[in-house]
Amino acid sequence: MHAESIRSLAARLAKRELSSVELTRAHLARIARFNASLNAFITVDAEKSLAMARAADDRIAGGAAGPLTGIPIAHKDLFCAKGWPTTCGSKMLANYVSPYDAHVLERFGRAGAVLLGKTNMDEFAMGSSNENSFFGAVKNPWDERAVPGGSSGGSAAAVAARLAPAATGTDTGGSIRQPASFTGVCGLRPTYGRVSRYGMVAFASSLDQGGVVARSAEDLALLLGVMAGFDERDSTSIDRPVDDYVAALARGAKGLRIGLPREYFGAELAADVAKPILAAIDELKKLGATTVEVSLPNQHLSVPVYYVVASAEASANLSRYDGVRYGHRAEGYRDLTEMYCRTRAEGFGAEVKRRILIGTYVLSHGYYDAYYLQAQRVRRLIARDFSDAFKRCDLIAGPAAPSVAFDLGAKTADPVQMYLQDIYTIPINLAGLPGLAIPCGFGDRGRPVGLQIVGNYFDETRMLAAAHAYQQVTDWHTRVPPGFE
Amino acid sequence: MDWEIVVGLETHAQLATASKIFSGASTAFGAPPNTQASAVDLALPGTLPVLNRRAVEFAIRFGLAVGGTIAPLCAFERKNYFYPDLPKGYQISQYVQPVVAGGAVPIVFGDSEKRVQLTRAHLEEDAGKSLHEDLRAMTGIDLNRAGTPLLEIVSEPVMRSAAEAVAYAKALHALVRWIGVCEGNMQEGQFRCDANVSVRRPGGPLGTRCEIKNLNSFRFLEKAIEYEARRQIELIEDGGRVAQETRLFDPDRGETRAMRTKEDAQDYRYFPDPDLLPLEISQAWIAQVRAEMPAPPQSKRARYESEYALSPYQAALLTESREKSDFFEAALAIVKREPRLVANWVNGELASLANTLDADFTALPVTAGSFADIVVMMLEGTISASAAKDVLTQVARSRKDPRAIVEERGLTQISDSGALEAAVDSVVAAQGKLVADYRAGKEKAFNALVGQVMKATQGKANPVQVSAILKRKLEASSS
Repeated sequence: MHAESIRSLAARLAKRELSSVELTRAHLARIARFNASLNAFITVDAEKSLAMARAADDRIAGGAAGPLTGIPIAHKDLFCAKGWPTTCGSKMLANYVSPYDAHVLERFGRAGAVLLGKTNMDEFAMGSSNENSFFGAVKNPWDERAVPGGSSGGSAAAVAARLAPAATGTDTGGSIRQPASFTGVCGLRPTYGRVSRYGMVAFASSLDQGGVVARSAEDLALLLGVMAGFDERDSTSIDRPVDDYVAALARGAKGLRIGLPREYFGAELAADVAKPILAAIDELKKLGATTVEVSLPNQHLSVPVYYVVASAEASANLSRYDGVRYGHRAEGYRDLTEMYCRTRAEGFGAEVKRRILIGTYVLSHGYYDAYYLQAQRVRRLIARDFSDAFKRCDLIAGPAAPSVAFDLGAKTADPVQMYLQDIYTIPINLAGLPGLAIPCGFGDRGRPVGLQIVGNYFDETRMLAAAHAYQQVTDWHTRVPPGFE
Repeated sequence: MDWEIVVGLETHAQLATASKIFSGASTAFGAPPNTQASAVDLALPGTLPVLNRRAVEFAIRFGLAVGGTIAPLCAFERKNYFYPDLPKGYQISQYVQPVVAGGAVPIVFGDSEKRVQLTRAHLEEDAGKSLHEDLRAMTGIDLNRAGTPLLEIVSEPVMRSAAEAVAYAKALHALVRWIGVCEGNMQEGQFRCDANVSVRRPGGPLGTRCEIKNLNSFRFLEKAIEYEARRQIELIEDGGRVAQETRLFDPDRGETRAMRTKEDAQDYRYFPDPDLLPLEISQAWIAQVRAEMPAPPQSKRARYESEYALSPYQAALLTESREKSDFFEAALAIVKREPRLVANWVNGELASLANTLDADFTALPVTAGSFADIVVMMLEGTISASAAKDVLTQVARSRKDPRAIVEERGLTQISDSGALEAAVDSVVAAQGKLVADYRAGKEKAFNALVGQVMKATQGKANPVQVSAILKRKLEASSS
């Protein structure tokens, strides 16, 4: 049953051919078996999960089932879940238990989902390899020498290894799409404002967006329908009706104009990634789509702009971790300044400190205009590139990452090399657009390759329909890493 | 040598909203520590701010009342610094574009009127409080106040004395209470001032200023500015230089003390808060706020001066609060004449009664109706002015009908000329020395004689009549 789609599981649960307790137990058993090597989960609480499963079974028996009643879902450990640790992969919050549920958790709870556990992640979602977690690196199920990508690496690895039918993630610069690509699963980042950020621990507020990792476009559509919607507790949440994503899947790819940005197929793109991407685009053409070359001339500025804007916002967002009210507090300090300094020196890892320093620097007196304001101006140019491109096409397609998953430790010594992992995903975040990644083949050493599909604002339906059409004629998304069948 | 004192004020007015500016927690004062701090106020991970529209409406109200410009579009920014009572590690404030720019507050200072120009007024959230009492070697943090909406009102440096600064602060205090945006309770910290003080040679360039923080009474404000100006003048006259710094006023010692210098001024790294959308204020919204707000006190003052011929000073005093001016108008509507007399009583006897009782004009034991009855009896000659004051005191004490008190205590004025003539005769006969003094040209002796008649009649004589009779009798017998 761990290979079944959520749709099929939900149908079997509704017919009571399968109970949520059985389903949850089966996944907990897989976690118990594989997590020691993969390290995809930070927190598993079988008792709590099974209690939710029992409640779901009662709900089904009572005829009050929702769309996800009884389906176990894992959550990236920055979604606050009442009564569960919410660590953000950090020593700072290692013992922090949230007193409330994030909006996304409320939505899943209402739909009847069972909370399967909290997944590993780069500390405060800062990273592209999941090597920045206080709880240790996550392994890629396809090759345990490889990283799973980041920052939602735990969620991607858990779904790839069939430890969970689906898992939430967040995508600030590619943190859902890049790990989905590295682990051969499907990952969706919705339009900024589509999913409430309330209860989702902030990294960079203007870029963060909650999304989901699953095994098919169809499951992504089902899950997005549950997560999306206006929430008055998030001022950047957008009050706009939620589309019926599942119903829209039937629209297929026929007649869609797919833009291929020249800049996404340049020298940075590894040949073993380019090949499956181009094959996937051919497949979409066979399904009735047409392609058009487009240009995103400011795309090369995305990474520097991102590291200014995201770091600036993060430097303020992370100021609340001061040891005063919750979280880690250093011991044996002599005064307030020492308490702050030691608490934060001990509580944060190297990458988080690096970003706080960058962010503090670019906001400082005398540097603000040259860095922060300039970055905001360029950000607008990048967004304009996309709106120009979307005048000529319906969707944009290209790689999600420049290479297949790299080896653990390969890029940890050089932050800039690590940051360049996100050249194809970051522009989408800067523009606030939706994007998804779906598996489309394998590159060197049998590591997965992901196709990225980007839509216009709130056009998730077309992205999902194209991905679904592709998955009706290919089987990359059904491949299971060896040893995890 | 002459020195000119230059003062500008930054005032934090707590907006009278029921809930906080970015959360739904209550703003009520005096709750046990941390019982009015929500997840947002505690800055728990994952929480987000949501702007309270009422706070914006109060800022718009203020902008309209001072004739400022309401920004059609402005942003909230993060002011970054670490302090235990600042849960997020930044304060949400406005920096580049305040919600209100410009405007002026009219003040009456001495006999002159002046308009104090404002630089700006912006919205921001308050911090919590550090508690040092009752905690041995530890500091407690109470976050009930964290997130309380504040309007920071910044004046231009146009005040030229401590007294003038106090007149402005009082006028501003009256204004924000009048338009209902701030309750103005200074003990509870709802209205607090920072004073920027410098000194210069008249007409010369501005001197280096010092900022005195958190002055929460008009008296402290006055004392602090006076002390600070004197300190700066003495420093310069002794050949020293004023250093730009932030200072604290010590009310026990009546002096200001350096808190931090410009050198340790923090870099607050302001930037737009990405959790909040830019604030758009439409003309329609402004019109709606305008329709809901009471007319500002300056329009009432102008009417008092033109319609009732009150002096600017009287009019300014009457419009110190809406309750006071309502009281005045209600009493005048009954008395229907002598508005200046009514105003003097309201500003004098009744204001001091309110002051003694620490009550506002809606909570006085003397209603506008009772007060009007007393004035009417006085104007009709039924009671003397001194008896009127006495009746007022009695009404305040017993809340009885003033006419009943006059009756009970036999305070009805003696206007019977026969009785008064007899009383005057006996005083003239008994006070030979005073009569002689008067005749020798000592005018004061006349008043003393009137006083003697009043005393003899237990204050019931009509003093105007007594004067006339006395004058006639003294002149008749001397010629």
